[in-house]
Amino acid sequence: MRRAEADRKPAISPLHDPRWRSVAYQAVLCVIILALFYGAIDNAAQNLQKARIAYGFDFWNHPAGFEISQTLIDYSTASTYGRAFWVGLLNTLLVASLGIVFATIIGFVVGIARLSRNVLVARLAGSYVEIVRNLPLLLQLLFWYNAVLKALPEVADSLVFPGGTLLNNRGLFLPQPIAGESLSLVPLTFVVGLLGAIAFRHWAKRRQESTGRQAPVASVALVLIVGLPLVVFLLSGMPVDFAYPEMGRFNIRGGIEVLPEFMALLFGLSIYTAAFIAEAVRAGIQAVSHGQTEAAYSLGLRPGQTLRRVVIPQAMRVIVPPLTNQYLNLTKNSSLAVAIGYPDLVQIFAGTVLNQTGQAVEVIAITMAVYLAISLVTSLLMNLYNARITLVER
Amino acid sequence: MKRVIFTLSLLTLAIGAATSPAFAQTLNTVKQRGVLNCGANGILAGFGLPDAQGNWTGFDVDYCRAIAAAIFNDPSKVKFVPLSAKDRFTALQSGEVDVLARNTTWTSSRDTSLGLQFTAINYYDGQGFLVRKSLKVNSALELNDAAVCVQQGTTNELNTADFFRSNRMKLKTVTFATANETLKAYDAGRCDAFTTDASALYAERLRTTNPNDHVVLPEIISKEPFAVVVRHGDDQWFDIVKWVHFVLINAEELAITKANVDQQLKSDNPEIRRLLGVEGNQGEAFGLTNDFAVRIIKHVGNYGEIFERNLGMETPLKITRGLNALWTKGGLQYAPPVR
Repeated sequence: MRRAEADRKPAISPLHDPRWRSVAYQAVLCVIILALFYGAIDNAAQNLQKARIAYGFDFWNHPAGFEISQTLIDYSTASTYGRAFWVGLLNTLLVASLGIVFATIIGFVVGIARLSRNVLVARLAGSYVEIVRNLPLLLQLLFWYNAVLKALPEVADSLVFPGGTLLNNRGLFLPQPIAGESLSLVPLTFVVGLLGAIAFRHWAKRRQESTGRQAPVASVALVLIVGLPLVVFLLSGMPVDFAYPEMGRFNIRGGIEVLPEFMALLFGLSIYTAAFIAEAVRAGIQAVSHGQTEAAYSLGLRPGQTLRRVVIPQAMRVIVPPLTNQYLNLTKNSSLAVAIGYPDLVQIFAGTVLNQTGQAVEVIAITMAVYLAISLVTSLLMNLYNARITLVER
Repeated sequence: MKRVIFTLSLLTLAIGAATSPAFAQTLNTVKQRGVLNCGANGILAGFGLPDAQGNWTGFDVDYCRAIAAAIFNDPSKVKFVPLSAKDRFTALQSGEVDVLARNTTWTSSRDTSLGLQFTAINYYDGQGFLVRKSLKVNSALELNDAAVCVQQGTTNELNTADFFRSNRMKLKTVTFATANETLKAYDAGRCDAFTTDASALYAERLRTTNPNDHVVLPEIISKEPFAVVVRHGDDQWFDIVKWVHFVLINAEELAITKANVDQQLKSDNPEIRRLLGVEGNQGEAFGLTNDFAVRIIKHVGNYGEIFERNLGMETPLKITRGLNALWTKGGLQYAPPVR
């Protein structure tokens, strides 16, 4: 009887129902925000039209007419502004993704070194972090760029490395591998080896769970993934030719060219961001209480196992959120490329294309949307990873 | 700072705070403000450069001073806003500056799609190349496969690509946002050649570590007619800025100088009397005073004086008049009559 009374909904009008009211408020807010956006866009379009400034996105298919020093896809002066946009975007993604890899590696090494019992190593790592973290990134980029340009020899006196690699102040020139006919076997065996390694790991894990016996997963995987393709490569008679860089009238021709602007930017971004990552790593490791290590030792785990199985999984929970921030920062900071002439999205699209077309509003809007999208995708991936490593709470 | 200006410009563009009424009344706005906002170069000797005390000098700078003299009878009532090649048009479009006098090339697309008006050609220039003497290059046509340093957002960037393409030569450009960075990279050996407008090429050569190691190639690969730029849609302002240039040319043609302008007021020559506002009311038709030409000439001199003071043989740049001589002396500088 009492239950039935409690279950019956009180008869109140939707006007006073808090749920309806909050939905209504939010709907009104959304409409207002959308109206504001629409108003701003419409107003801008009208004003641009009134001021006789070109507007809209027609420029996307017009020929660009300028050269770009680094293009990952086919591009010439006859290509369109749209094509130039993709060139710039790919250049940004290239430097950002490589920067993230290097910054993570350096950051983890330095972060762990800061906790080293060796005083010299710990102090060195500490001063690296303090110096790099406290200088403006733009200054560091200019420093690295000028250091690269000044320290390296002129193009005529290139440093020659064994294997045909050349280094000078125009960049690093590597021999370019040209695939022979039977080379396709190598990636095939690589895939086979990879699948084999995954299967072996699965089998080893099941066997350890049931019998307690361990298998040398790492070395078997290494043989399958690296050794197998290598053997196939050698057996098929090394079907690779190299196009070696050679000195032309002014410049090095042929080979793979790595621009000094790219090297300086990658170097600067990695080193700068690594300092912040190192701090996150140090904090993460220190956040795991020492009792955990002691408990692992008393269970008979070796130091390496303790680190891998006990400390790092718990430290990662603390490390990953700030790590995500640093990845986002690195990607956004790559736009400082504009200062040292690396053709990234901002330099090409928000720079030259904006200037040639004069369509500042459209170009900047697209550029902002792109950075927003890159950042959101990065955080999405990192959040998925974070969810996977979160401590399972019971 | 530049970035801040640029962002603000963009914001005003997007929100549309500076709508057409404000655009249409540039003269009144400038008069009320009491100072002319002039978009200038800031790092180019001869055209626009502040000295250690913050005093701006240069050919383009004198045009802004001439406009200020015409309006206020005081050439110091100018606020110079240094702009990079990349940001200059946005700053003018958004009303950040009233005029853009920044060695800016007049092209059809800039004239039609930017919402801007090019007033009159005040300097005929062309693009050239600077190379190291040690390369033993005698002609720009020998630059196949060379790396060229060029400033971003300039016609130079496009001309270089065109020149190499039409001569079937391979090109590697390295572009930088500012002229300083571009020159520094060339000087450090990043590029074989440095390219910009010929007028600037001589000034930039002097800024390299060893100017004597570098040589300007003989080819001029493009037409670079410089003009002072205003916003579209304010005909009165457009006329004023355009006629400040014509007054300067006419004054040189009639041999009216800074020194003799007061005596010339008593001249019997009807052309001089009309130009200086002794006869007729030309100045009022522009919305200025009738003696606006006197004010201009008294404060900055005529076209020839401006040229010689900033670019001529007495300056480190030593640029000859060439195409910029008066039409009566074999050049292209010509102005409609005051009548």
